[in-house]
Amino acid sequence: MTTLLEVKGLKTRFYTQDGVVHAVNGISYTLDEGETLGIVGESGCGKSVSVLSTMRLIPEPPGKIVGGQVIFEGEDLLKMPMDEIRRVRGNKIAMIFQDPMTSLNPVLTIGRQVEEALELHMGMSRSQARQRAIELLQMVGIPQAEDRIDDYPHQFSGGMRQRVMIAMALSCNPQILIADEPTTALDVTIQAQIVDLVKRLRDEIGMAVIWITHDLGIIAGLADKVIVMYAGYIVETAPVKELYGDPRHPYTIGLLGSLPRLDAHQSRRLVSIEGLPPDLIDLPPGCPFAPRCNYIIDRCLEENPPLEVVGPNNHRIACWVDVKATPKLQ
Amino acid sequence: MTEDNVLVRVEHLKKYFPITRGIIFQRQVGAIKAVDDISFNIRRGETLGLVGESGCGKSTTGRTILQLYRPTAGSVFFEGQDLSKMKGEQLRRMRRKMQMIFQDPYASLNPRMTVGNIVGEPLEVHGVARGKERRERVQELLQLVGLNPYFINRYPHEFSGGQRQRIGVARALALNPSFIVCDEPISALDVSIQAQVVNLLEDLQEEFGLTYLFIAHDLSMVRHISDRVAVMYLGKIVELTDRNELYNNPLHPYTQALLSAVPIPDPVVEETRKRIILEGDVPSPANPPAGCNFSTRCPRVLDVCHEEEPEFKEVGPEHWVACHLIA
Repeated sequence: MTTLLEVKGLKTRFYTQDGVVHAVNGISYTLDEGETLGIVGESGCGKSVSVLSTMRLIPEPPGKIVGGQVIFEGEDLLKMPMDEIRRVRGNKIAMIFQDPMTSLNPVLTIGRQVEEALELHMGMSRSQARQRAIELLQMVGIPQAEDRIDDYPHQFSGGMRQRVMIAMALSCNPQILIADEPTTALDVTIQAQIVDLVKRLRDEIGMAVIWITHDLGIIAGLADKVIVMYAGYIVETAPVKELYGDPRHPYTIGLLGSLPRLDAHQSRRLVSIEGLPPDLIDLPPGCPFAPRCNYIIDRCLEENPPLEVVGPNNHRIACWVDVKATPKLQ
Repeated sequence: MTEDNVLVRVEHLKKYFPITRGIIFQRQVGAIKAVDDISFNIRRGETLGLVGESGCGKSTTGRTILQLYRPTAGSVFFEGQDLSKMKGEQLRRMRRKMQMIFQDPYASLNPRMTVGNIVGEPLEVHGVARGKERRERVQELLQLVGLNPYFINRYPHEFSGGQRQRIGVARALALNPSFIVCDEPISALDVSIQAQVVNLLEDLQEEFGLTYLFIAHDLSMVRHISDRVAVMYLGKIVELTDRNELYNNPLHPYTQALLSAVPIPDPVVEETRKRIILEGDVPSPANPPAGCNFSTRCPRVLDVCHEEEPEFKEVGPEHWVACHLIA
């Protein structure tokens, strides 16, 4: 497998009136060709910001990417001039967002919005673009695409709008599709439709996918590799089966324990992670998870642990403690 | 099931919202059938889960039971008394026994009131406690839901989402109710915080013998917290049974599809799972299809489904389904 995208030491800060928000604190990962990477974490853990940063979509000010590299096709996206990055964005790397209502322009027809990317990036004529737009809408499962292409976004349901977003994202045959919580606003049966669609298109086109979510359930059936984020750091990363089968970071263990399972016959008490995530303006000096951790030792409060290999297939965690050998504190 | 075991009995409940045209001379041109003829019981001390997708009428059901919306037709009996026929002072006195926890902890707390006033307001309104006594009761309630009693003079914006939801729980508990409608109380919270609030609700139920109607769209959480589960689709209950029976032996095609659509956080299980992918979207409740409401999306639809509405009947012990496929 060849590496498609490499992120090294990415750091993003937001300079606000209340202080400097340390949103992303030096994260590194790679994405291989055709691979699906899941990034999970709770709100405010920096999962969206980290990916928006790789695409240079952080509003400056107040945001600023203060360090790191994003290598795509041998070039650092963070050093690229803006007009060049626009040729990558939406073309080789496409994105779909959480809210399909606010990501579509309400005063333009669906067709016009899909055609725009085709004319811009692929240099198609208006009639070619329209023809291709109809094909794309059919591909993502919009019934009667020839008729509905002239409809406006408000005439589409939430699931249908997300399909339109996917059609737009796929219009230029991207190598990478970044999906930022694309199903969070949708009902479960519609979510299943969208996940199914992305899986099918991924396998047909052979693109790599980065799927950002807070839902560990979706990732289990979709991703090859998973990154768990907490307070702007990667705390654990592993191939999907290893992460769920043998979670090693106390936060990952806590997250999996706090989820009720649909296939559980006996109802057990949920393991809740006490306390709250830290304030990103005033991060503690040691491990950011230490105040909520059940396995805490003195060192956790002083030094932030680096991400280190603990298991096969590059299973890495950022933790001083071997949770398997340590009793849990009460 | 004996009658005295039942705390809430809902009979043929309907709630339609009118669709009107015109500004000065408004005339009704249709109706949104948010809740369309549903019947069920809630037993004392149990948690009844009510699941369904957005717009299926589950929240409207909860609100209509509490008479926050007056029903279009049908009755709600609470401890044997028909709430839908009560009004004014009589209804107000009944409200002490039934409370609600809302979905959005940011919208359901008045930002200009202190926590003490928010939690203490029901005590004042119902003339239960005033002054020092009220303050003490509020502090006791805050402690009960896991908040520091010294937070009494703080304002809602000083709290996180999970803490705000605890304030909402404390307010609901203030009058020692026997019945609480929990309307998606954890949907707005992060995963690790959800577990905190669910554990709190379970502890309180055990301590005070509370009865819950737990409305949610997260089927895994509903299975976890409920004793029995009702599944709603487009204003109707399509299936109602014991939680394990529902998950092990779902009979209605909608329940089957809904369950199969829920992802399970285990890649090994997910690999071999078969999904029933439903086509299309939920029809508009202003114009539901003829016959069975689910007939437009049902993978196993029969001719009769387009013509006749299936009856909601008991097909096994304590297992109610509305479907033509199940004779």
